[in-house]
Amino acid sequence: METLIIIVAGILVTVAVYLLLSKNVIRVILGTAVLTHAVHLLIMAMGGFKGDSVPIVSQKETSFVDALPQALILTSIVISFAVTAFFLVLAYQTYKYTKTDDLSEMRGVDHE
Amino acid sequence: MLIMNNLVVFPMIIPLLVGVILAFFPNHIYTQRLLTLLSLIATFVVSILLLNLIQTEGIITLEFGDWQAPFGIVFVADSFATLLVLTTSLLSSIIILFAFQTIGKTRETLYFYAFVNFLIAGVNGSFLTGDLFNLFVTFEVMLLASYALITLNGKKVQLRESIKYVAINVVASSFFLIAIAYLYGTIGTLNMAHASERIAEVGQTPLLTVISLVFLLVFSLKSGLLLYQWLPGSYSVPPAAIAALFGALLTKVGIYALYRVFTLIFYHEPQITHTIIAVMAILTIIGGSIGAIAFRDIKQVITYNVVIAVGFILAALAIFTATSITGGIYYLLHDMIVKALLFLLAGTIIYLTKTSRVDAMSGLIRNYPTLGWFFFITVLSLTGIPPLSGFLGKVLVGQGALETSSYILLLVTFLSSMVVLYSLLRVFMGTFWGETIISEEEQIPLKPLTLLPSAILICLTFILGLAPESIAPFVTDASNVLMNPQIYIDAVLEND
Repeated sequence: METLIIIVAGILVTVAVYLLLSKNVIRVILGTAVLTHAVHLLIMAMGGFKGDSVPIVSQKETSFVDALPQALILTSIVISFAVTAFFLVLAYQTYKYTKTDDLSEMRGVDHE
Repeated sequence: MLIMNNLVVFPMIIPLLVGVILAFFPNHIYTQRLLTLLSLIATFVVSILLLNLIQTEGIITLEFGDWQAPFGIVFVADSFATLLVLTTSLLSSIIILFAFQTIGKTRETLYFYAFVNFLIAGVNGSFLTGDLFNLFVTFEVMLLASYALITLNGKKVQLRESIKYVAINVVASSFFLIAIAYLYGTIGTLNMAHASERIAEVGQTPLLTVISLVFLLVFSLKSGLLLYQWLPGSYSVPPAAIAALFGALLTKVGIYALYRVFTLIFYHEPQITHTIIAVMAILTIIGGSIGAIAFRDIKQVITYNVVIAVGFILAALAIFTATSITGGIYYLLHDMIVKALLFLLAGTIIYLTKTSRVDAMSGLIRNYPTLGWFFFITVLSLTGIPPLSGFLGKVLVGQGALETSSYILLLVTFLSSMVVLYSLLRVFMGTFWGETIISEEEQIPLKPLTLLPSAILICLTFILGLAPESIAPFVTDASNVLMNPQIYIDAVLEND
């Protein structure tokens, strides 16, 4: 299971890097979103998939899933949601002022 | 005892709550100003109390929800963190005084003060937290506030530069999470003290060293160590008060994280990690120097000066002796004060001349003599001329470099002072000397109130330079804890 998830995370990172390296702002933003999801999978795989039951303390069960990575992922999902939303609004505003969504045209010149 | 421990969270919770309250009534500008100033001053008072308590009681920790470390999240106030919290709250209250005069009504009604409070909450939280994932969260609080501040009421240039700033920081945050995931997978803890203890037990294996390099990459991106290419663009577009907050505080959080991680957790393989930091610091200083000399735009020159200082402070970490770390802390505190001062003065010059091109200004000393003298003192202080505050830090770092025979670091760090002096004196001569081109009639009046924040900062650099013994016990204690991780571990995990 860990191996499978790691491979999926690897594929997602490949997609993210491809998107991040493109010149279109929206693609870059999607790239960052995909990258965070790849990282979330990585965190899950690092916690391991051992344990048979939900992490609720009781006498019957002795082997629990590690709950911490899931708490980390949940926090991180919320943060990445907020950042992506902000980034999309920023891209729209920038498009309104610069009339371009091409990063190579946003390089900027000296003394404007 | 309970109240004393709870003090630790106040530097984060006060600005956070005030920020939330301010978000409800954006149009009452005077209430907003008053509450922001009060919240920052309250934070300052709390940090002074904390700093004095630490001297008598030792490191103070707060376990949230009574979950004992390493199971819950802890806030840890040692002298290093608290000194930085103190400087942060002091500087931000001074910079906010400058913002009252200059930031403009539009930005004030666009939640400027709420964002400043959130920024300070994030910065203070990053200094105080004792948990790596919590560090990530507080970093994000700080960064989101900074994204909002850098784009606030921005037009073309500002928006264009902030796209790059946001993109680079989002990718860096992903790397931060990757590093956290690897560390958790390897040693099964994210509490800094616990991680340090476990790594000391199992030894810093090559795998852990690689993980430490991922952390190095992340914090280098945030602090502008070698990976500073995003910095000059994004720090030169926002208005002076915001740029001063960024220049004085944001890169310093990255520097703090590097100091903490590479003295507390990954200190077993200095010949690998600290050598890499040394090389990166040297390249940063060289790159920053080239930038500072190459540009004729006052904003670009001062942002490249930020880069040089980052290289200098991390050179102190790379040398890694008690003397150099003490020097690094002195220089870090000095640099926060003087960078804020430099950004405020440059902002004032740009406001008065309506240009940031050095070529387009001349003879300002006749129009604004006080401003000229302030700028000159700032230049001297940044170079490290005694009796100003930069001197002691530079001497101690140099002494540390001699102790460990790191002659290249010594040479580069001291040559960098020359570059700082040259680049800023050139700005000084270009703007203040020469023929006066602004006549008395068209001269924009400079209100004394606008110069007041800079005057306070000038006093601070003199005080820190003339009476370093006033903070010496705190700095010595800070470097003692950094050099002896066991003190920190014992305080957090309560090993008796």
